[in-house]
Amino acid sequence: MEVLAILILVSLILGGVGLGAFFWTLRARQYDDPEGDARRILTEEWDDRPKP
Amino acid sequence: MNTPLALAEAPGLAACPACAVAPAAIAQGSRHAAGRARIVLSVPAAHCAACIGAVEGAVAALPGVRGARLNLTLRRLYVDAAPDVGAEAIVAALARAGYEGFELDAATLAAVETDAEGRDLLMRLGVAGFAMMNVMLLSVAVWSGAEAATRDLFHWISGAIALPTVAFAGQPFFRSALQALRARRLGMDVPISLALILASAISVYETLHSGRHAYFDAAVMLAFFLLAGRYLDHRTRAIARSAAQELAALEVPRAIRLGPAGDEVVAIEALAPGDLVRVLPGARIPVDGTIETGESEIDRALLTGESMPQPAAPGLAVGAGEMNLTGALVVRVTAAGAATTLRRMADLVALAEAARTRYTSLADRAARAYSPIVHVVALASLGGWLQVTGGDWRVALNVAAAVLIITCPCALGLAVPAVVTAASGRLYRAGLLIKSGTALERLAEVDTVVLDKTGTLTLGAPRPVNLDALPPGALALAAALGAGSAHPLAQALVAAARARGVAPAGVEDLREVPGQGIEGRWQGGRVRLGRAAWVGAETAGGAATATWLGRPDGAPLPFVFEDSLRPGAETLVRELRAQGMRVLLLSGDAEGPVAAMAARLGIAEHAAGVLPHEKVARVAALAAEGRRVLMLGDGLNDTGALAAAHVSISPASGLDAARAASDIVLMGRDLAPVGPAIRTARLSVRRIRENFALSALYNIVAVPVAIVGLASPLLAALAMSLSSVTVTLNALRLR
Repeated sequence: MEVLAILILVSLILGGVGLGAFFWTLRARQYDDPEGDARRILTEEWDDRPKP
Repeated sequence: MNTPLALAEAPGLAACPACAVAPAAIAQGSRHAAGRARIVLSVPAAHCAACIGAVEGAVAALPGVRGARLNLTLRRLYVDAAPDVGAEAIVAALARAGYEGFELDAATLAAVETDAEGRDLLMRLGVAGFAMMNVMLLSVAVWSGAEAATRDLFHWISGAIALPTVAFAGQPFFRSALQALRARRLGMDVPISLALILASAISVYETLHSGRHAYFDAAVMLAFFLLAGRYLDHRTRAIARSAAQELAALEVPRAIRLGPAGDEVVAIEALAPGDLVRVLPGARIPVDGTIETGESEIDRALLTGESMPQPAAPGLAVGAGEMNLTGALVVRVTAAGAATTLRRMADLVALAEAARTRYTSLADRAARAYSPIVHVVALASLGGWLQVTGGDWRVALNVAAAVLIITCPCALGLAVPAVVTAASGRLYRAGLLIKSGTALERLAEVDTVVLDKTGTLTLGAPRPVNLDALPPGALALAAALGAGSAHPLAQALVAAARARGVAPAGVEDLREVPGQGIEGRWQGGRVRLGRAAWVGAETAGGAATATWLGRPDGAPLPFVFEDSLRPGAETLVRELRAQGMRVLLLSGDAEGPVAAMAARLGIAEHAAGVLPHEKVARVAALAAEGRRVLMLGDGLNDTGALAAAHVSISPASGLDAARAASDIVLMGRDLAPVGPAIRTARLSVRRIRENFALSALYNIVAVPVAIVGLASPLLAALAMSLSSVTVTLNALRLR
């Protein structure tokens, strides 16, 4: 059952990465315009980097 | 000077982790166009992916514009531009692209733009969700039969995740429970907090003694579901608040001040009593004051409900919000900004609102019945098990905690917000903005409707009614004269001529005589359009609103006007009567038009010439009779009554103060959605009651099991998630 120690650690770290990503989206204001973001991916104009 | 500043800043950073994050989040956001935006516009027509490209492209192509970003959720365009680019240029560019744009006052919006509370709740929800998933994975192993050391290890890990989560995610509940206890009340949050704390504490104790049952998963799950309810509730109100704020921001508060160096456009806050302000024809008077020079007519409909414009001359006192019609005025400021006429109304509104806060919402009533029962049952099972086991505290506390967790109002916390969110979304699509959390419940109870006339049942825009009785050519002449004025009657004639395809006659030398009318030369003779006395007509009196056309040959001709009915007004009154409501018409206007309107719509009770405080008194008297009054009004004269009524609705075209005082704002011109809205409100109250019944049912099944001592963490988790999901699904049936 030594594998448990590794698996639990791995799952916690993976979960932590997810939580960190969630914090990042929150701080980057990605929930301010859910409708617009959903539609923006459908526009035919694209550019090499995201708009400011 | 540095010390107070440092003192003021310190607590904000130290108070809680979320507080420290929120400002950081704001600072981060400023990288985007939204943060740098100097100009904010409302673009209500934007609705699709193609709109984004069209709007942003059109504005970005303007010289001096550094960036433009359209927020499709709020339908707002944020423009970052050089200082010399004005909002007018952007509005023009939008118009060329086929979109209507309205400038918004960025300062008014700034207050709601950074929704720190919503982001805070969302973060706590995220943390609770993360913890719930991890603890659940560990719990599944325990439920499926992990033994001895493995179980203890899993309990320890669960505790290590759950305890900080409960401490962080539970803060909103702990805080409001403390507040409730200080006020010596038992709100919904007291049993919630107690369950969270007791579940965590008993689980730690059990883990220390390698017990079989630890409720870490239940505690975290509870926090997650309750936070979800809280967040839904907050979001519904935030959307309504932001939309209401946008209405306020549409009126960019500026005035033209006569300075020593000529006219200058200043913000209203910069004005002081004694300043001179120029008010152009067609503009709203921005301040309270007296007329210094100039003659005109002013439209007071929003303030008094009078539909007929009043003549204005030097010395007359005017109030903020009145509309200047025909001539330019210079007004000496007596009060500006927050100190204007609105303040006189503020006392009235505050008084009436204090009465309304006594309303106890369904959720509060449910909590009031529920909290004592839960506490008594938990205490009784504690006492009972102490008796049975002969003083075994460990068993007794375990059972009591299980009772508290299983009865905990997970579903109760979701019951109201889920329904209100679904119903508000449905009403929003119908054009109604629900500003207050309990407005729906109150709307469902309504049995009496009080209507205002001018601006509410009518559009405040007159319409000529006797055109067919007039000799041919009269309309062409009147339209030609009317084109030279901003007066609503003149504009109505122009519009009527255009609608009938009548080309204006060739009138020359148009001249507006402020307060009297318009004069011109036609085929060598003098023609006039205006007040009866000025044109030289004999008026027979009577209530009808009229303007007269004086011709070189023949007697003056009257154009009789009627205020045009708001679309849907007839449907609304018919529907209200069909629902068995008592309908009253209270107006500040003269008896004639009010009686005519009442007869036309089939309203049995009406009163004319009602002063603002009389309206409040009438509404209060109806309330004293035990009637639940819905008030519909738009003007300053309705503000007090709007606040005094059980629930109130005002159209978006109404005065800012009226919209602020009412619970629901009608976004469109049409009144018809109000009738179906009442039915939706009744339906949502029924759903809320169903939800309460559902969660009570779960409790009735689960609580005996918990009291007997057979509850396990698995049962608690099942009961909690099943009841929450059922309640949410039931609420979604409303959409």
